[in-house]
Amino acid sequence: MIDTVSHAGETPDEEQPYRELGLRDEEYLRIRDILGRRPTTAELAMYSVMWSEHCSYKSSKVHLRTFGDLPRSEALLVGMGENAGVVDVGDGYAVTFKVESHNHPSYVEPYQGAATGVGGIVRDILTMGARPVAVMDSLRFGRADAPDTARVLPGVVAGVGGYGNCLGLPNIGGEILFDDCYAGNPLVNALCVGVMKHEDVRLAKAEGVGNKVVLFGARTGGDGIGGVSVLASETFDEHGPAKRPSVQVGDPFTEKLLIEACLEIFAADLVTGIQDLGGAGLSCATSELAAAGSGGMRIDLETVPLRDSTLTAAEILMSESQERMCAIVEPAKVEEFLAVCAKWDVLATVIGEVTDGDRLLIDWHGERIVDVPPRTVAHDGPVYERPYHRPADLDDLQADLPPTASADLRADWLAVVGSPDGCDKSWVTEQYDRYVQGNTVLAQPEDAGLVRIDETTHRGIALALDGNARFARLDPYTGAQLNLAEAYRNVAVSGAVPLAVTNCLNFGSPEEPEVMWQFAEAVRGLADGCRALGLPVTGGNVSLYNQTGDVAINPTPVIGVLGVHDDVRTRVRGGWRAAGETVLLLGETRPEFGGSAWAGVVHGHLGGLPPRVDLDAERALAGLLAHLAADGAVTSAHDLADGGLAQALTESALRYGTGATVRVVGDTTAALFAESVARAVVTTTDPAAVRAAAEAAGVPVTELGTTGGDALVVEGVLELPLAELRSTWTRTLPDLFGHPEDVVGAVPTGAVPTS
Amino acid sequence: MRIGVVTFPGSLDDVDAARAVRLAGGEVVPLWHADADLPAVDAVVLPGGFSYGDYLRAGAIAARQPLMRAVVDRAHAGMPVLGICNGFQVLCEAGLLPGALTRNGHLHFRNRDQALLVERADTAWTSSYAQGQTIVVPVKNGEGRYVGSDADLDRLEGEGRVVVRYAGGNPNGSSRDIAGVTSADGRVVGLMPHPEHAVEELTGPSVDGLGFFTSVLEGVLS
Repeated sequence: MIDTVSHAGETPDEEQPYRELGLRDEEYLRIRDILGRRPTTAELAMYSVMWSEHCSYKSSKVHLRTFGDLPRSEALLVGMGENAGVVDVGDGYAVTFKVESHNHPSYVEPYQGAATGVGGIVRDILTMGARPVAVMDSLRFGRADAPDTARVLPGVVAGVGGYGNCLGLPNIGGEILFDDCYAGNPLVNALCVGVMKHEDVRLAKAEGVGNKVVLFGARTGGDGIGGVSVLASETFDEHGPAKRPSVQVGDPFTEKLLIEACLEIFAADLVTGIQDLGGAGLSCATSELAAAGSGGMRIDLETVPLRDSTLTAAEILMSESQERMCAIVEPAKVEEFLAVCAKWDVLATVIGEVTDGDRLLIDWHGERIVDVPPRTVAHDGPVYERPYHRPADLDDLQADLPPTASADLRADWLAVVGSPDGCDKSWVTEQYDRYVQGNTVLAQPEDAGLVRIDETTHRGIALALDGNARFARLDPYTGAQLNLAEAYRNVAVSGAVPLAVTNCLNFGSPEEPEVMWQFAEAVRGLADGCRALGLPVTGGNVSLYNQTGDVAINPTPVIGVLGVHDDVRTRVRGGWRAAGETVLLLGETRPEFGGSAWAGVVHGHLGGLPPRVDLDAERALAGLLAHLAADGAVTSAHDLADGGLAQALTESALRYGTGATVRVVGDTTAALFAESVARAVVTTTDPAAVRAAAEAAGVPVTELGTTGGDALVVEGVLELPLAELRSTWTRTLPDLFGHPEDVVGAVPTGAVPTS
Repeated sequence: MRIGVVTFPGSLDDVDAARAVRLAGGEVVPLWHADADLPAVDAVVLPGGFSYGDYLRAGAIAARQPLMRAVVDRAHAGMPVLGICNGFQVLCEAGLLPGALTRNGHLHFRNRDQALLVERADTAWTSSYAQGQTIVVPVKNGEGRYVGSDADLDRLEGEGRVVVRYAGGNPNGSSRDIAGVTSADGRVVGLMPHPEHAVEELTGPSVDGLGFFTSVLEGVLS
């Protein structure tokens, strides 16, 4: 029997399974209070997914408001609260970008979890009216040699590649790091960036009484039911039921058709509002569209095309089946809208209409099963001021100072660059298409990705994602700023000017006061950092409950910075191409080892304080790098971050097989391995010009040496033949996860007969 | 010269192929898979991508679309056709080229800058190159392992129909390092690597790929 609104009114005492749906007692009582009766089964389903941590940001909201207090940026066209923020990048172009987590699904089912993570963020970007032009990803796994990492990593990488490659989106960079703390909780943060003209920006809004609600894309199935509530908003429990059915299954081919159909629909101006179906599916799309408009909405739920005819109304409302969108279309334009969908073989169905009044009404075969004020579902969820306090162990951790002197610089160098975090990532990145669309100017292993957005003016956009969690563990306020600074610097070394910030904040359970403190500190740090750099936060994503049992992950604020490049032909690459060029170090090195890669890899140490943040120095360095790029004054640039100078020199030398002889003065361990901020290595054929520009910018310059030869030589300290260095740097991931090319040799030729 | 570039549902590198044609000096004619008639074009490019999501077999559904019937007819009459990656798979499925493309031997998608040895510099699409020349263009595929029976491969090699061969490493386990083959008349060429991604110094590993597009334009002009 169907649980209708009138039936709910008549049976106030019926027991409802709200706890199983992830709702707390007080939240359930609040729903009863809003409706003046018990919710129907369908209403309960909607509230449960929309009031989940993942959708409602109920624990994080009070802190995230800080971002809204940042000074208004002229570049910001659409701010937080929409599907993604939009910034002006000049020449009438607007860019929208966002990073989103798909952590829990990727642990349960690595391939589909990661694949649908990419699919979801791409739809967010598409919804804004933009053509998606590139993706990036930030990944975290448990120890590289842990057995479960061998299960999770290959699946996640194949999923990111499998979905993105099939959509025709170049993967232009990202990061992949390993730490024990992610053993039961890998992180998959996917970023997408899209480009449009200013006038093409679309918003998720249901306006105009009588306008039709059109659901288009894939059919609705039973996958991903409760994905946002029972999966993404709870801690994994060893003894709980298998959560695999809560993971969505992706079909990138359908998404590709959806992209092309949407762009044609936008170009013909056929929609008044549009929303993608992601977390919380139809519950989210209908309530958000209706809440953002001035009227109400009525849906005939039985008209939703299904993959599985046995689904109940509540399941249809909760399903997170992928590759679906919801549009508001004027009646006169419905026919043309459906024709565009038909051209692209995209299923499209009118499922309801915009009404006057202020209720979201959903009928199931003529019977009313939902009658709610849409705002109460979409926006008026609970807001918690969770208690928080500084972790009890933090004083001890910060007092546990790192070692400061290397006993064997050569061995330490090889250990750092050959560690899973420092090593060559080709094993991963060769599985991603970086060429498609033909506009990729820079991609991994460059510090930032750079994409041309106009072939005539050569305008482009640069992107970098950074999220060092070791720093954030030692001090989340500083850690968030260090990640912001690194992404900012990475964008700057390409010659681009940093313009805007997005973020994906991955933390443990907000119900633990110590985790909540880490979160609050990271948000405060990021907001202060953005204020100092003059950058707006355009949006972001929060992923909580990243813990298994009592063990939370290290706080992992992943920060994305977008930059604009006036002329991508002047981009600066990492890597040395020619001998006889002068190697210069920009910036100042201090003996800072807290949270460094060297302390971690060589000494298994995490303690002390992270490097001191200096955002004025970052600004000066970024300004200098943009100036040097525009003048063509440098032949390469590489930022210094994890692994310090040793890591940067290694990557620069191995890129094109050009060595160098350098000398360092003072404390050698600090010179090679310290992770002081606001530094970069550049090469030039005109050192005097670089020196003059640096002096004018107030950036310290140290001459390190000259490129050339087939070894990296630190005079009087060590000599590393490039062959040895390359072997150490490249073999780590293949040794751990397999040597694919060896398998090829075993494939028998002529195995398949042909005509 | 008018070069048609076909878009199937799931084609991805159609924009790139069109750019390459333009940079080579040709006029691009966008073609839609569902049209039965092939307009007046001098040659056709089938671009890379995942037509129909690679469902059933890569290229199998695209090869049976209305436009492909016309392309096959015109190819039999001597019109030059170039199939890149998924386009190569379509040409094999359409029977215009021998052999088949299967899942990479190591089961990984593979994107890298690949050296190729040009073995035939007299086809409609490779006349801008010198025989024996080594070029570098990107390769990117998950189902790019070229296979055929030993007898068929012997015959192909005997007839000199291997156009390009992988050099310096085989990215996918293709039989005898074969990267691309041609029809008996040298007018139809299919290859897994992507010459259209190596047409600008700014975005490619080289500009070595441009020769495929200048070849057909010069051939059509003469």
